[in-house]
Amino acid sequence: MNDAPAVVERSAEAGGLYGLLAELPDVPALLQGAEQIRDAGYRRWDAFAPFAVHGLNSAMGLKRSRLPWLVLGGGLTGTAAALLLQWWTNAVDYPFLISGKPLFGLPAAIPVAFELTILFAAFAAFFGMFGLNGLPRLHHPLFHSDRFRRVTTDRFFIAIEASDPQFNETETRRLLEEIGSVHIEEVRA
Amino acid sequence: MSAAAVPAAVLDNTWDDPTRRAPLVVGENDFATVTDTVAGIIERPRPPRAWYVAFTAALGGTLVLFAMVAYLLWTGIGVWGVMVPVGWGFAIVNFVFWVGIGHAGTLISAILFLLRQKWRTSINRFAEAMTIFAVICAGLFPAIHVGRAWFAYWLFPIPNQMKMWPNFRSPLLWDVFAVSTYATVSLLFWYMGMVPDLATLRDRAKTKLRFYIYGVLSLGWRGSNRHWQRFETAYLLLAALATPLVLSVHSVVSFDFAVSIIPGWHSTIFPPYFVAGAIFSGFAMVVTLVIPARQLFGLKEIITVRHLENMAKIMLATGMMVAFSYATEFFLAWYSGNPYEGFTFLNRAFGPYAWAFWIMFSCNVLIPQLLWFKRLRKNLLILWVISIFVNVGMWFERFVIVVSSLSRDFLPSSWGYFKPTAVDLLTLAGSFGLFLTLFLLFLRFLPMVGMAEVRSVMPQAHLDIGEHLGEGDYHGEILHQHEDLFVEGDGEVTP
Repeated sequence: MNDAPAVVERSAEAGGLYGLLAELPDVPALLQGAEQIRDAGYRRWDAFAPFAVHGLNSAMGLKRSRLPWLVLGGGLTGTAAALLLQWWTNAVDYPFLISGKPLFGLPAAIPVAFELTILFAAFAAFFGMFGLNGLPRLHHPLFHSDRFRRVTTDRFFIAIEASDPQFNETETRRLLEEIGSVHIEEVRA
Repeated sequence: MSAAAVPAAVLDNTWDDPTRRAPLVVGENDFATVTDTVAGIIERPRPPRAWYVAFTAALGGTLVLFAMVAYLLWTGIGVWGVMVPVGWGFAIVNFVFWVGIGHAGTLISAILFLLRQKWRTSINRFAEAMTIFAVICAGLFPAIHVGRAWFAYWLFPIPNQMKMWPNFRSPLLWDVFAVSTYATVSLLFWYMGMVPDLATLRDRAKTKLRFYIYGVLSLGWRGSNRHWQRFETAYLLLAALATPLVLSVHSVVSFDFAVSIIPGWHSTIFPPYFVAGAIFSGFAMVVTLVIPARQLFGLKEIITVRHLENMAKIMLATGMMVAFSYATEFFLAWYSGNPYEGFTFLNRAFGPYAWAFWIMFSCNVLIPQLLWFKRLRKNLLILWVISIFVNVGMWFERFVIVVSSLSRDFLPSSWGYFKPTAVDLLTLAGSFGLFLTLFLLFLRFLPMVGMAEVRSVMPQAHLDIGEHLGEGDYHGEILHQHEDLFVEGDGEVTP
């Protein structure tokens, strides 16, 4: 895929400045560039890559995600729901004796409790991840950029938003040039 | 940045020398060519002719399945061969078989992920898709086996006008929860992993229809690293959740048997024995499907011979576990001193179902021994044939377990002989049709290789600095250790 593919035209309507989008040549440049942006004190910015680049989280200075806590909460909810369900349906609301088994016994309740723990935790991981990421969304200002389409194939980008308190069109552009960007463009909101 | 120690165009990556890390993608490939290869399969105007041939056959099978199910619902369970004493016939055999097939997908996507087996990236999407379609086939059988299928919803704790609830003290109900949780979690895991690849298809779309369909399916994914961070966390958590889940599913399936008192079923070895068998049969199915698929769609540089050899090794290992389980069952039948147990196992090997037992034994124990030889593992035709034998053998294993134990239990006066009817056989054949139909649609419309994950294991994805090549995961540390190695500005790395 050497020349730009004839892809579907996207809406070119644009408003005010969203930010500056810089393209980096490869993984080392992206990691090094991210460290410099981080050290320059920017806060509303992001790096973009076609896969999860190892080392980029610390290069960007990202804190650990709080997703694991959501998943733990989901899992515990599942356990509690399963135990309550089994106890209430079989021992309270509709008690019936079968094979002389107790109406509610913990050992027999474990398999379903285990399964619902996993189920609820998995829901928490899936919906929590997309929720915290602000997805799904149908559009984003960066999608105005034609070059940015290659971000899901083989290109690396750094975008600094105009809403960052430190953002200054000339200064920020100079910083992006310094980190070795091969192309810099303005993105309209 | 060069890939230093690994020559660019390695084609055979099956060496055993542990000091030379084998590349996971061979040939001269970079991020763009891998994307072109995988996305190209979906974007080409027409699939290969063989796809149409296979799809027509599979669709025919699906129609046979639907016809058989309609006939069954219209007429009743009597169209099957099930009769006292064998009340669990093909439906349960097929159910256990198909659930087992699914296990390889989860093993590859979750357990190998936790064990940092990076070769999984080329085959995990493929195997996960197989899991989902196998579980769909599996779920069909208990639903139609309940007799009055329109009451199948009684299996779920849904408030109803009868003020009744299902019996949670029965393993059959545990099974409902295990299999439905397994289906749901597998689907979430599969879809989540696919979102970045769907975004690739959206960004390459050349028609409006593709752009909108893949655009909606990819949920607005834009490769943001803040997103990747949570994505990776969620992926790790789902892998950690799916690992005990997959082990629990076939354990719970085995409880359906082990919790009863039928000789040959009432045994504590069942959960591990079933799980090993499930992984064994699942890997066989992956190999059966992946060998033709990589050939047909030109994926030989991404799904390499080394990948297939690794799968062959797992088949050999799990096949040996299955063989060991057979031996243990026979030993305990004798050692327990229980006459019914002893009779059951002699009856399996030499009774009226001896033919099924020896098919099972040859396919699952004898034939996989060929996999000890590297030359045979690397010969894809032989590997493919072995995998088919294993598929057959594992189906017969379930047949032997279900049918031979039920046909002759405690009282000789209640013995019987189960014979499948044409409807039984056509339903089994039709379930393969449904499985393959779904699978062929997947190959045509969704990315069959996890492109984002394959990119992340390619040499270009890392800071390959001289002797550090192939050191494994770089979680950021190397950047700080080697800051002096960076030449300011141009991103080049010099040792």
